Amino acid sequence: MKTLVYAEHDNASLKDATLAVVTAASQIGEVHILVAGSGCGAVAEAAAKIAGVTTVHVADDAAYAQQLAENVAPLVASLMASYDAFLAPATSNGKNIAPRVAALLDVMQISDILSVESADTFTRPIYAGNAIATVQSSDAKKVITVRGTAFAKAQESSGSATIAAVASTGDAGTSTFISAEIAKQERPELTSAKIIVSGGRALKDADTFAATILPLADKLGAGVGASRAAVDAGFVPNDYQVGQTGKIVAPEVYVAVGISGAIQHLAGMKDSKVIIAINKDEDAPIFQVADIGLVGDLFTVVPEMVGKL
Amino acid sequence: MKIIVPVKRVIDYNVKPRVKPDGLGVDLANVKMSMNPFDEIAVEEALRLREKGVATEVIAVSIGPDKAQETLRTALAMGADRAILVVAEDVEPLGVAKILAKIMGEEQPGLVILGKQAIDDDSNQTGQMLAALTGRPQGTFANTVNVSGDAVHVAREVDGGLQTVALKMPAIITTDLRLNEPRYASLPNIMKAKSKPLAQKTPADYGVDVSPRLKTLKVIEPPVRSAGIKVADVDALVAKLKEMGVAA
Ligand SMILES: Cc1cc2nc3c(=O)[nH]c(=O)nc-3n(C[C@H](O)[C@H](O)[C@H](O)COP(=O)(O)OP(=O)(O)OC[C@H]3O[C@@H](n4cnc5c(N)ncnc54)[C@H](O)[C@@H]3O)c2cc1C
Repeated sequence: MKTLVYAEHDNASLKDATLAVVTAASQIGEVHILVAGSGCGAVAEAAAKIAGVTTVHVADDAAYAQQLAENVAPLVASLMASYDAFLAPATSNGKNIAPRVAALLDVMQISDILSVESADTFTRPIYAGNAIATVQSSDAKKVITVRGTAFAKAQESSGSATIAAVASTGDAGTSTFISAEIAKQERPELTSAKIIVSGGRALKDADTFAATILPLADKLGAGVGASRAAVDAGFVPNDYQVGQTGKIVAPEVYVAVGISGAIQHLAGMKDSKVIIAINKDEDAPIFQVADIGLVGDLFTVVPEMVGKL
Repeated sequence: MKIIVPVKRVIDYNVKPRVKPDGLGVDLANVKMSMNPFDEIAVEEALRLREKGVATEVIAVSIGPDKAQETLRTALAMGADRAILVVAEDVEPLGVAKILAKIMGEEQPGLVILGKQAIDDDSNQTGQMLAALTGRPQGTFANTVNVSGDAVHVAREVDGGLQTVALKMPAIITTDLRLNEPRYASLPNIMKAKSKPLAQKTPADYGVDVSPRLKTLKVIEPPVRSAGIKVADVDALVAKLKEMGVAA
């Protein structure tokens, strides 16, 4: 079995999300990586060092600068003649590209896998993680997205794969990148943070959210997340949303502040090792999953914590 | 310009799903079913484009059981002009995308707006697959949509923030939560929806083979997290954090 893994990167550096996908792929067979980008040589070199990877394909072309799915999917499909499985991280990028590849190959994608049971059988969450399905694919080739928190990260340093250039399939000419507003993150990225402090609707507004949550996150060296309600109300940008339809996180410690614990929110954080909940309502559903709960008004509790930490 | 909006009948988002005793699925008997929330957002966006004069007709489509008629009636009550029901049970995203591609061929819409994922199987695939099958561009996870001339600008919710792309129409868009807040259907509009046209079809009418590619071997409940302890005050909480080595 030969697998092709899609590298998550921004042309400058390889993202951690790739490492869990390599682990999943290695449970299926030999692992090759595709780096599609523009001026992405450093990414290919980093990918070649991942333990267990034997070949890194680099498609370096202006058409791939923003990894638009219209341009990348035909490239992947053109390479798949020699592979049995294509695996991408379940990031916004992977979710955008992989189904387009699957349809080009006439394959039904297996989304967000949690485990590899065999080369054709996988587990995946359904219904906001309220059920786990074991599914078997009858397609000759598999197209898979991988939940990063479900697989250990492959080692980043011990490998020595060969790097080979692959021909560009060019620009499909149907889509153009216009702009990006990517917030500069000085804090740990949510999907790899060891500690996360998340705030909910109770935080009132953007200023109150910042004044209350950020000092606690600073004290703990934590990443910052939020519920959908907090994002919808504009307290924080959309990519802070943790949950079924946002980011899936599994830190060592997750601190939920003023979050009720709707199933859609729990879907994104209930695999955290330790969950701490601060809520003034002792019947809030978040306490049903919390290891440590404190019933109280967050506007007194959180500043007091910051003072005592 | 026509807009096609595919809608799916799913378990209501307020219901906690339970795994069936046979371990092969989730119990949907006597459970409240609704339109997939992301599809409501899609219907709303299409209606707004029609109200702005960008679109002339909004066609709701569902590939699902007979009962998906209710879902289509909801879309019609919100304001869609007509509906197409393709009767088939448990069609996978690939099969749905193939049927939608045929409907696109017949209707020649300028946009197809879908939900980014259905909250039952959480696949997040159909829009991207439809775009691939028709060779059209895709604006997934849309936060804002602006049509100008024969292009549509879509700001997409991506990891790290927002990315804006320009797509040549016809284009496929999938909705994210912040795109809009869907309207409720008023009672008069619910009544009016009853007489709007709803065509019934089958996958065979479109010559599409919808045999599943994935077989569900079993469905289990995830390991349950049991509630832990409650601490009395901040001092106790801080002590716990220090015990765990989280705070110095
Ligand atoms: C299709 C769909 C997808 C969704 N996806 C997601 C998702 O990915 N992620 C997500 O989070 N949600 C998601 N939701 C929304 C979800 O259903 C909830 O509405 C949302 O999580 C609620 O956010 P919240 O807990 O911040 O707000 P609320 O439910 O309003 O809870 C606020 C909490 O704060 C507490 N509180 C208030 N004041 C104080 C105070 N002074 N001190 C302490 N506690 C206080 C209250 O007791 C309450 O428990 C989705 C919904 C839908 C329909």
